[in-house]
Order: sequence, then C-alpha cells, then structure tokens
Amino acid sequence: MENNAEIVTIYVMGKKHKVPGDLTIMKAMEYAGHQFTRGAGCRGGYCGACATLYRKKGSYKLEGALACQKIVEDGMYIAQIPFNPAEKTTYSLDELRPDANTILEYYPELSRCLACNTCTKACPQDIMVMDYVQASLRGDIEQAAKLSFDCISCGLCAVRCPAEIVPYNVGQLARRLYAKYIDGPSQHVLDRVKEVEEGKFDEGIKELKNMDKAALQERYETREKILE
Amino acid sequence: MTRLAYYPGCTLKTNAKNFEDSTIATAEKLGIELVEPERWNCCGTVHSLSTDDVMHHLAPIRNLIRVEELSNAGAVDSKQVVTLCAMCYNTLKRSNMVFNEDSDRKKKIRDNMYKEDIQYSGNVEVLHYLEVLREMGWDKVKEAVVNPLNGLKVAPYYGCLLLRPRGIGVDDTDNPTIMEDLVEALGAEAVHFAYSQKCCGSYNTVHMKEVVADLAHKIFKQAEEASADMLVTACPLCEYNLGPRQSEVEKRYPVFKSIPVVYFTQLMALAFGLGEEAAAFAGNKPDPRPLLRDKGLLEE
Repeated sequence: MENNAEIVTIYVMGKKHKVPGDLTIMKAMEYAGHQFTRGAGCRGGYCGACATLYRKKGSYKLEGALACQKIVEDGMYIAQIPFNPAEKTTYSLDELRPDANTILEYYPELSRCLACNTCTKACPQDIMVMDYVQASLRGDIEQAAKLSFDCISCGLCAVRCPAEIVPYNVGQLARRLYAKYIDGPSQHVLDRVKEVEEGKFDEGIKELKNMDKAALQERYETREKILE
Repeated sequence: MTRLAYYPGCTLKTNAKNFEDSTIATAEKLGIELVEPERWNCCGTVHSLSTDDVMHHLAPIRNLIRVEELSNAGAVDSKQVVTLCAMCYNTLKRSNMVFNEDSDRKKKIRDNMYKEDIQYSGNVEVLHYLEVLREMGWDKVKEAVVNPLNGLKVAPYYGCLLLRPRGIGVDDTDNPTIMEDLVEALGAEAVHFAYSQKCCGSYNTVHMKEVVADLAHKIFKQAEEASADMLVTACPLCEYNLGPRQSEVEKRYPVFKSIPVVYFTQLMALAFGLGEEAAAFAGNKPDPRPLLRDKGLLEE
C-alpha cells in the first residue's frame, strides 16, 4: 500500500520508531511491529479499550487519548494503559435506593474530590468529568447520569485523579440508579424485548447461522449503513 | 427584581432543602431573584489554613469563576454571590481573601485552574443572606411582615463559622446582633443566652455523637433558662446537631426539655405569610409546628 505521508518519529514505551504521520497511534504501533493482545477493541472510538498516555517532545504535559482516534505527532512518547487496576464495588441494583448518599456509600473516596478538574482535562470524550463527580458527591443522581452519559470507561480520568477516585465507575452507578429509579423503563425497549421474546428475529438468526462464509461476507458488505 | 447570584452548596439540596425553599420564597418577596449557576462544585470545605496548600483553594475559587461567568453573561446584576450555609460562606469568603491578598498563592491557584475559559479576577464579593437583609434594611423586612410573630421568644444561635475569624464573620465576633435584629423585625422577641456562640460539636456528629449530645445539652439548658421557645440558626450543620440529634441528647439526659430549631428564613416565611410550602417546617426535627400553633402563629 502506498503512503505519501510525511514520516515522523515516535517512541513506543521508549523505543524509537519511524512511522507515516497520518496514522492513528494504534495503526502506527502496528506499523512498527507491535501486536495488540490487550488495549484494542472496536477501533472506532466507542469501546474505550485503547486508553493511551503520551507526551510531546519538549512539553511537560502528560496527555491522554484513545489510540484508535489520535493521529501520531512527531516526537510523541507513547505508553498504553491496557488495564486499569481500579476498585469496583459490587452491589445489587434491586436493593439500592436512589438517595442522596447512595453513590457516596459505595464510593466514599468521592469526598476527597478537590475540584481540580484534572479528570476533565484527561477525558478523550470531552466529558465534564469533575462536574459529574461533584454531582455524585452531592447526591444529584440525574445530573451525574446525564453528564457522564458519553463515558466509555477508558479509565484515563481514574489514572490521573489525585484523589484516587474512579470516576467512570461512579458515573456508571449514577446512570444505573437514574435509569432504574428516576427515568424509569422506556416503552420502546419493553416493546422490543417483547418482540424478541415472541420470536420476531428467530427466522433471521436461523438464516444467518446457516450461511457459508462468502454469503455472510457479502451480506455484511451490502448491509444497510445507517450513518451514511 | 434584583438578580443576585446564589451558591447553594450540597446540603441545601438535600438535608437543608427547607433552608433553600424558605430562602428563595422570602427573597422573591423582597424583590430578589436568586440565580443559581448551572454548574457548581463543593465549596471546598473546610478552609485550609496551611500556607503551602493550594489544592484546597481550587474548589472555592472555581465557584467564584462560575459567579463571574454569570455576571459576564449579564444573568445577574452584580458581582456578588449569596450563600446560606455558614460553612460555604466561610470557605468561599476566606479563599477569596487568600486569592486577593497573597500574590504567590494567587498565581499558583491560577496555574492549576484547569479547563476554565476565564481567569478569576478576584472581584466577586461573597455575602451571607443575613448580610443581604441587613444591607436592604430591617424596615424593608418589617414591611413584608403580614403575620408578626408576637409572643414568640426566639434565641439566635450563631455557632462558629458565621462570626469567625474577625474580618470574615457577618457581624461583631463577640457581640453579634444581626439575627436578633432580624427576629425583632419579624415581630418576635429576641432572647439572648450565654451559649449562642458555643460550638455545636460540628463533624464530631459523624463518629462521636456523644460529644455533640453533651454540647447540645448545655446549649439547650442555657436556652431554657433564658425562657426561649425556639432556637434559630443559619447553619445546616448546627441545625442537624441541635435538631435531629436531639434524640441522642434524650438518650443521655432523660429529663431533657426539647426545644425546636429552625432556620431564620423559615421564620421569615412564616411572618411573610408565604405558607407551609415556603416555610417548609415539615423538614424539621423536632417538629416546630405544635409550638407555633400553641402560640397562635400557625393555623390548626
């Protein structure tokens, strides 16, 4: 494959590589011979598996990005965070109540938040992370759920938080409480579940299961593309 | 209507909702629209006294940025912000002072204030609602009274953060009169008592309830000796320690005489005739309504 892009120098875990400058961090690492066993998922910016920290040459700033979304820059020092050893509490949603202190009970470290906004700065989704952490702290479940809605749990906020809060788990609990107790069930979801249970898609699934690989591939390539 | 920025703080949205509801209603009656910023964070409690601690000033100053944004957008009529919780008032005002008086820390606070569109100028003035009322004039308050609280003996309880340290407090540190003046403007009788500035036990309420119970017992004993019918406060933590925590006092002091504790804004709502929705007495423990009915100030 021909690539006329300018060649740039990047450092993956300290090792120097020359790669085409129009690649994403993920593709550049693969170009350099790196094989992903962790830290890669959907490759479309949705799954949050490829959290990456980098620093540009000459800058003191440690920055964060999704490797599948961020284009490499000359002099970039790159380290992946394929797994974040974060505390995640267990709870039974049926036994919780959407009270002001519910989130704080499960994530008491929330009260250590200093409103420094480092989490917001680190978020590759441009979410106002500190604002939803603060909303959780004061028991505003609705605001916490709404502000954290676009979170993909990449973990960069938790890696950077000086108070060692795990914002993405906090936001997830807020969204679960909001969905179950405040917003309530959505009729269109209930309708669809009923359709599934009544077998609306059974024939279609059966058909797909019986197709050979070539037919399946053709079906995939000629599928209806909603976003185009 | 004068539009004034209003910083609620966490408690005003939960345990002290009756404080917020009664404030918004009484302010409106007095021609003030309280404008809450769309975004706000914890006030930063408690004020940090160490000189090398910049981190703890980020939260309060960030809230003052929100006020400045409201002002810049023309959503409020001044660069003032009114608070209700004594802790929020104290923390915001003291950090504001640190920012304006210590140029080294001002620079560090600015350097670490991530992801803000504007730099804080230092020009926001932090006020307590009591100060707004005093500035307006007690006569104005009196004019709004339709249901004077005649025959009610009210003991103002200040606690610590509303008055200290000197230069931050809303009134004279040792001889405050601001709540007495308000109570009298509402038609009630202000009762002075020796422990009006005694500590309520503060955050000991979390892990040493007995400390709070002992202090509360002393405070109530003094209030009783001064023949107070009721205590009035401006701090959600004082209200909690002297109100709902009375059950702990009762456990330790069986002959204890219970006295209701309300926010000053609730008495205002009652005197202004704004109804139970505004006065929100249902949120108080113990319930002050039987006493108010006995005094003929509340309908059966």
